[in-house]
Amino acid sequence: MTLHLPPILTYALRRLVQAVPVIVLIMIGTFLLLKLAPGDTVDALVGDMGGADAAYIARLRTEYGLDQPVWVQLWLYMVKLVQFDFGWSFVYEESVATILLERLGTTLMLMATSLSIAFTVGCFLGAFAARRAYSLTDNVISTVGLVFYATPSFFLSLMMILLFSVQLGWLPVGGIKTVAGFYTGWDHVVDVARHLIMPTAALSLIYLSFYLRLMRASVLEVADLDFVRTARAKGAGETRLMVHHIMRNALLPVITLLGMQFSTVLGGSVVVETIFSLPGLGQLAYQSVIQRDMNMLMGIIFLCAIIVVVVNFLTDLLYARLDSRIELA
Amino acid sequence: MIQKKVALRASLGSAALCALSVMTTGAASAEDAPKHGGTAIIHMASEQRALNPALRASTGVYNITGKIMEPLIDKSYDGYEPVLATEWSTSDDGKHITVKLREGVKWHDGEPFTCADVSFSAMELWKKLLNYSSTLQQNLDSVDCTDDFTAVFNYSKPMPLSLFVAAMPDLGHPVAKHLYEGTDILKNPYNTAPVGTGPFKFVEYERGQYVMAERNPDYWRGEEFPYLDRIVWRFIRDKSAAAAALESGEVHESGFNGVSMSDIERLSKDERFEVGTMGYENNVAHSTVEFNHRNPIMADLKVRQAMYHGLDIDYAIKTIMRGFAKPGRGPVPSAGGANYTDQVTTYDYDPELAMKMLDEAGYPVKDDGFRFHLRHRPAPWGEYTQLWGEYYAQAMREIGIDVEILTNDAPGFLNGVYRDYDFDTANGWHQFRSDPAVSTMVWLRSGAPAGTPWSNQFGWQSDEMDTMIDEAQAELDPEKRAADYHAIQAKSMDEIPVIFAIEHPFISVTSTKLKNHHNTPRWNSSSWYDLWLDE
Repeated sequence: MTLHLPPILTYALRRLVQAVPVIVLIMIGTFLLLKLAPGDTVDALVGDMGGADAAYIARLRTEYGLDQPVWVQLWLYMVKLVQFDFGWSFVYEESVATILLERLGTTLMLMATSLSIAFTVGCFLGAFAARRAYSLTDNVISTVGLVFYATPSFFLSLMMILLFSVQLGWLPVGGIKTVAGFYTGWDHVVDVARHLIMPTAALSLIYLSFYLRLMRASVLEVADLDFVRTARAKGAGETRLMVHHIMRNALLPVITLLGMQFSTVLGGSVVVETIFSLPGLGQLAYQSVIQRDMNMLMGIIFLCAIIVVVVNFLTDLLYARLDSRIELA
Repeated sequence: MIQKKVALRASLGSAALCALSVMTTGAASAEDAPKHGGTAIIHMASEQRALNPALRASTGVYNITGKIMEPLIDKSYDGYEPVLATEWSTSDDGKHITVKLREGVKWHDGEPFTCADVSFSAMELWKKLLNYSSTLQQNLDSVDCTDDFTAVFNYSKPMPLSLFVAAMPDLGHPVAKHLYEGTDILKNPYNTAPVGTGPFKFVEYERGQYVMAERNPDYWRGEEFPYLDRIVWRFIRDKSAAAAALESGEVHESGFNGVSMSDIERLSKDERFEVGTMGYENNVAHSTVEFNHRNPIMADLKVRQAMYHGLDIDYAIKTIMRGFAKPGRGPVPSAGGANYTDQVTTYDYDPELAMKMLDEAGYPVKDDGFRFHLRHRPAPWGEYTQLWGEYYAQAMREIGIDVEILTNDAPGFLNGVYRDYDFDTANGWHQFRSDPAVSTMVWLRSGAPAGTPWSNQFGWQSDEMDTMIDEAQAELDPEKRAADYHAIQAKSMDEIPVIFAIEHPFISVTSTKLKNHHNTPRWNSSSWYDLWLDE
């Protein structure tokens, strides 16, 4: 008997099946790459402690299972992962899943806000600049965009701290909330928001420039196409022309970029989260590499791989929705 | 360097200890009556996840837990001072150490502190699980409780009382037996939510953000103490962000060189801060040059002597450590009290002599402009070590030795040097922990299992040195013991298995709002019961 599913579900299922080997390969590759790096988590731990004797080190290695051959370690890890058991972090002395869940919220909040701002404002400014191409306005917008594009995120973040925290004293230097502030309810929300202003702004400003530049180029390209001329000849107003004919088509490459950037924003947030001491996934990933916290790092990579696969899937769906020439197959 | 700088000379036991480059302790303002209340916020550059000093001997751990859990004995500028122990003595044969414990002390959960806690901690944690301590206490057979407040430590071989006492501030923190007995000690939840007897009670640990402790109203020193309501340790990894947090008033203190040297220098001119090295005498570290003696060139004493002459130590102290350091004189730093001597061979900076000695040793300059090539691993322990490594390479090039720097992170460095021996020279630092027997002697004693970091993995072995180290460790007479360590120091400066080039304490930046700070030689690790905030 053949099962008749709606095309969207068939498509989703097929994508899911395709994703499994991709994720398995990513996990094995990551595991082996990490094993190639000199030293393990016990080395990092005693490095942090400033020293330990041989018996202590040997005991830790046995306890962490690091005395086993690499292939055994990999096999044991994969067997657990299939059951969605991410294992134990010896660095944090806590289960990896617990810590990932703790951190995911901060990173998602940071990512979602920054990307939304960057995408919306970037697209708007890009389209605005394109409609006034080569004018003074366009030049100013493009140049400012280029400056932010070229500014390293650590520099931008530190300069913002110097200005808004040290000089003006308007915003807190870092952290997710005021320590020993004991705020509750609405005050707590405001407090967290105040702590997120600078990191969000830093990430947004850098990513905004991508969208701005791409949208500007895309709008310029689409605006010259035949169907736009036809629509204009039919008497469509400039606003209608822009919204229904140009923007809709010009957005396609920009949405591709949005999907792709979801993964890089996780990477970008390593720097921003570290400087602003935000307890997110980026900071955790950075720490985990330094600490050689295998299980934690594998957990983060797994999570990121899933996010990227899901976002790519959603991007494709959105594509089909925006451009009827594209079919899900 | 700073106007408010006050020269300080502190005595430690019988030996006078010269603080290196010094700062105030907030002493002028401390004459005002201390105020109660307030939250002190302290910067931590790295996050300490384990919060049990009886499982993990590390200054980063003591930094937080020192306020919550107390040792039997602590160290002040006047010598060793009783905390949970009130008196200590030893038997004639040195095998039985009797410790009288403080009565009327309560754990934070209300249970009384007794000898049972000490006995359990010593046998189950200090002897079995605590780094460094497991070596120190390897001959500990049992701890008997003759009554609730008298503990007798029984050793199979003599244990010098002075060594026992010197080790206690770091390696003598009891845990509550009733919370640990019958549990998997390493996975015990109190390891990250400590219960102690100290002036502050643990409140919460928000991973990646901070640890918070609050005032213990039942503290045994009396109702007066502690002054502060709360202490918060904030984790800020980025040094520039930490400096900004100090300047914006979000953080009151950053210790252990938590901000960069350029920021330290800048903030030392800022009236809102006190900058200096006081309070770190017990945490002095040596910046080293380590040799791989398996390389025949490095095994040649004349070459090592020449290389020592090629190093301009004073220049390095002035430029890299901004004057906050002094030249090393072997494995015991000047903070080592009676065990330290400066009566040792020294090697003045003399590049001409260095080059002459290298010629004589049979290493003339070859066609490529160099005598020989070395692969060097600098330890990634922060700014000092990185820069010291770079300076070393530069200085060696000037006397015709080509040094290639291999950059690595912590696990890479520890493996490259101590396990794989994949280096010709290396530089790092090693921390002195009150007594040479529990710290720097591991650099010279042979026989450490292969791969043990911070130990003699250099391929250097001397039966005479091994015997000297063992005898000093077991010597019960403090004067003879000191003489033994002087001899070891002299021998190490003659044979240079390792160059203990520079001894440097750490530097802290403290807000002038904090009072009574840095008033003990291991201040960041101490209990802060007398610290107060002028806000």
